[in-house]
Amino acid sequence: MATVQHAVHDTHGAFEPSLFGTYSKKVGMWLFLASDSLTFGALLFAYSYGRISNPAWPTPFGKESIANATIMTACLLSSSLTMVLAVMAANRGDKPWVRNWLLATMFFGAAFTVLHAQEWTRLIADKMTPSGNPWSAVPLFGGTFFTLTGMHMLHVTIGVIYLGVIALRKKFLPVLLVLWALGFFLTPADSVFHYGIHVLLVGAVISAIVLFLKPKDYDANDVEVSGLYWHFVDLVWMFIFPLVYLMSTKV
Amino acid sequence: MHDVSAVHGESKGTYLWVWGALLLLTAVEVVLAYKQVLQPVRMLEVLLVLSVVKAGLITMYFMHLKSEIPRMRWLLTISVTGCFALMWIFFFRDADRILTLGVK
Repeated sequence: MATVQHAVHDTHGAFEPSLFGTYSKKVGMWLFLASDSLTFGALLFAYSYGRISNPAWPTPFGKESIANATIMTACLLSSSLTMVLAVMAANRGDKPWVRNWLLATMFFGAAFTVLHAQEWTRLIADKMTPSGNPWSAVPLFGGTFFTLTGMHMLHVTIGVIYLGVIALRKKFLPVLLVLWALGFFLTPADSVFHYGIHVLLVGAVISAIVLFLKPKDYDANDVEVSGLYWHFVDLVWMFIFPLVYLMSTKV
Repeated sequence: MHDVSAVHGESKGTYLWVWGALLLLTAVEVVLAYKQVLQPVRMLEVLLVLSVVKAGLITMYFMHLKSEIPRMRWLLTISVTGCFALMWIFFFRDADRILTLGVK
């Protein structure tokens, strides 16, 4: 027995210490976020380039849109607070409060997505498309706006699904499928979200694969890593809100 | 298991303070947009500075980057900032040229 223990100890010592002094999942998430920040950075620079190099850039965002976007910002900032409180609860080993704070974070994230979808619907109703808009002859506005905000909305949706898996594990799958079915049948067939809602179905399939192939009880590290992703989504919006909305106000 | 609390050390009060600061900075941005006292390029610069401050608060406190070891903190910060600096140099100088000289 002593020999076996000695062998295990030696094997353990054979691994090199982490380069960054922390666990690999966290380092992996930071590296992913660094690469993802460059994706968003390129989209933000593309939008800002168009904005300042085109004097005729449209300014379609009136008081209603700015108020809506400000509430969306408050939702994301509040979600970051609840997320960090979830991490604190996870460190204490307080599982009920981890779940409560994660659900609160998901609520704020879902509220953000719904408000953003309403904003998109309003703009599409005003005849704004990825290749044109009724306010000016600058076609780039629609393309850069929908790409940038759509990419962010996708990230928020993925984040809500990620947190749902961490908070509820397999119990989240039926919730996700019900939300997908409701979204599909309740949105008009000519709405972009009638098709966009399929992101939830794809998310449910991927979540099911993860949950059934590698079932586990998510610990404080998993909550912290999911928190890193969520805060990043919040961080990106801190640039989108002023650069896209506040730089194109009509007040 | 890795003891996250031992590394981070921030209190609930600190997080509430950061949250309040982020909301306040957002309010400042909205007021600036409503007043419209700045030209677009100057406005862009001011908003970018405020956004960078907000991003710094989020990464340092909410994402706990300030609690990580200096090697990780500096490697991430310098590499990402360097890439953005390159984008800034190429894109905005060109956008400014178009604005000043017109499209040739």
